[in-house]
Amino acid sequence: MALAGVCGFQQNVAKSPCTLGNGISDNLIDGAIHSSHNFTMPSNFDPVENLKQFTDPKSDVKIQFNHGTTTLAFKFQHGVIVAVDSRATAGSWIASQTVKKVIEINPYLLGTMAGGAADCSYWERVLAKHCRIYELRNKERISVAAASKLLANIVYGYKGMGLSMGTMICGWDKKGPGLYYVDSDGQRMTNPIFSVGSGSLYAYGVLDSGYKWELTVDEAIDLGRRAIYHATHRDAYSGGVVNLYHMKETGWEFISQTDVLDLHYKYQEEKQARR
Amino acid sequence: MTSVLSDINQEESHYAPKQAYFNPYEQNGGTVLAVAGEDFSVIASDTRLSQGFSIHTRDLPKTYKLTSSTVLGACGFHGDTLTLTKILQARLKMYEHEHNKKMSTTAVAAMLSTMLYSRRFFPFYVYNIVAGLDEEGKGCVFSFDPVGSYERETYRAGGSASAMLQPLLDNQIGFKNQHGVTKTPLSQEKAIKLVKDVFISAAERDIYTGDAIVLNLITKDGVKVETFPLRRD
Repeated sequence: MALAGVCGFQQNVAKSPCTLGNGISDNLIDGAIHSSHNFTMPSNFDPVENLKQFTDPKSDVKIQFNHGTTTLAFKFQHGVIVAVDSRATAGSWIASQTVKKVIEINPYLLGTMAGGAADCSYWERVLAKHCRIYELRNKERISVAAASKLLANIVYGYKGMGLSMGTMICGWDKKGPGLYYVDSDGQRMTNPIFSVGSGSLYAYGVLDSGYKWELTVDEAIDLGRRAIYHATHRDAYSGGVVNLYHMKETGWEFISQTDVLDLHYKYQEEKQARR
Repeated sequence: MTSVLSDINQEESHYAPKQAYFNPYEQNGGTVLAVAGEDFSVIASDTRLSQGFSIHTRDLPKTYKLTSSTVLGACGFHGDTLTLTKILQARLKMYEHEHNKKMSTTAVAAMLSTMLYSRRFFPFYVYNIVAGLDEEGKGCVFSFDPVGSYERETYRAGGSASAMLQPLLDNQIGFKNQHGVTKTPLSQEKAIKLVKDVFISAAERDIYTGDAIVLNLITKDGVKVETFPLRRD
């Protein structure tokens, strides 16, 4: 390619790379220039085996993907509540306290982020593209079931290659509120309540004790927020702020962003008042 | 190495199967730091390139000017940095020819994210920070992990001394966990002074940071580059 030459690339430096995805590339550099759809790898390369060295604490070279999360979503009579924390950790290092773990796929679909941050945001962006194409072809919105199955099928194609993703796809379609859990193992299921991530156990505890279908909107919002707060309190890998969304018939609405520090003192006061 | 092993171990190692590893990465150290202000942003790096206990060069800035309002800071494995910046320059050139305008900082960040993710299964071992001005002329900083997860922030330190610098910035710029403080907007002078100070502190304690700081000040008038000496030991 002429431009590659101008930019100083030596052609055929890397011979016979293997590419994945929906593009065909016969040159390592060519692929990198033309699109980001190809996943470049050397031939005979096992990504899982070769990425192990980065998680080894003794190694000088470390790539620690951002992990650790509490996310939850539940259906109730007025739609779906989605609540998440905002901490990203790399080992014991807090990489960020301001992560957006709710991914806005389109006005009627939300995805949550647990596991590898890059894996979640990239593949849910790909899902957004597919959903838009579906809309243009069929002149109607994609169902939550179909959208979640698209994502599940895409990541299943990469099974065993080390993707890490645990996501809840929430939306509203002809059948009403929809909530599906999809992960990088290829699992996909639906249920009224889900919680994903290292703090999910704690969130489930609060959620199960307060959950019923007949919850009012305000009660449901408070329950979601409380569940995330208690998870951040007990799970070191969760923290930061609580981001809360409400999925309604008219699409999602961003409800609130609350620092868990403020919630701590608020709930502490409530406890004092009850005594 | 074998001399420290006992006889039994030596015999064992003779018969034991040996695993050969594909090890294409190195840690070349270095620190980058970016701060966004109201109508400017600052991105700085040290100029030391090292490997293990030896210093390869004392004069290698880890910031790369991409456009007149976008500067990239990249550290980790220098080999991957070279390839990544080369591809980035090519993609920027292609964008300019196709669209007849320079790429905005937010677009550069989005593109870099997908470029990094295209190597999800054989990553670039590079920690990137993009600083510049957004479409509205406001200062912006984007930080990345090696496989392309990114986020817009107001300040971020990356590289070998990032764990020392980040808490300091949280205190001085983010005013984290301080009650009753008036959050004053960061002035250009204060930002530059702060960046110099924190690098001097990092050079004091991190062996991979030192020699000099290269400081890029990005405003609507373009990128101004300044250099300041650091400890050279």
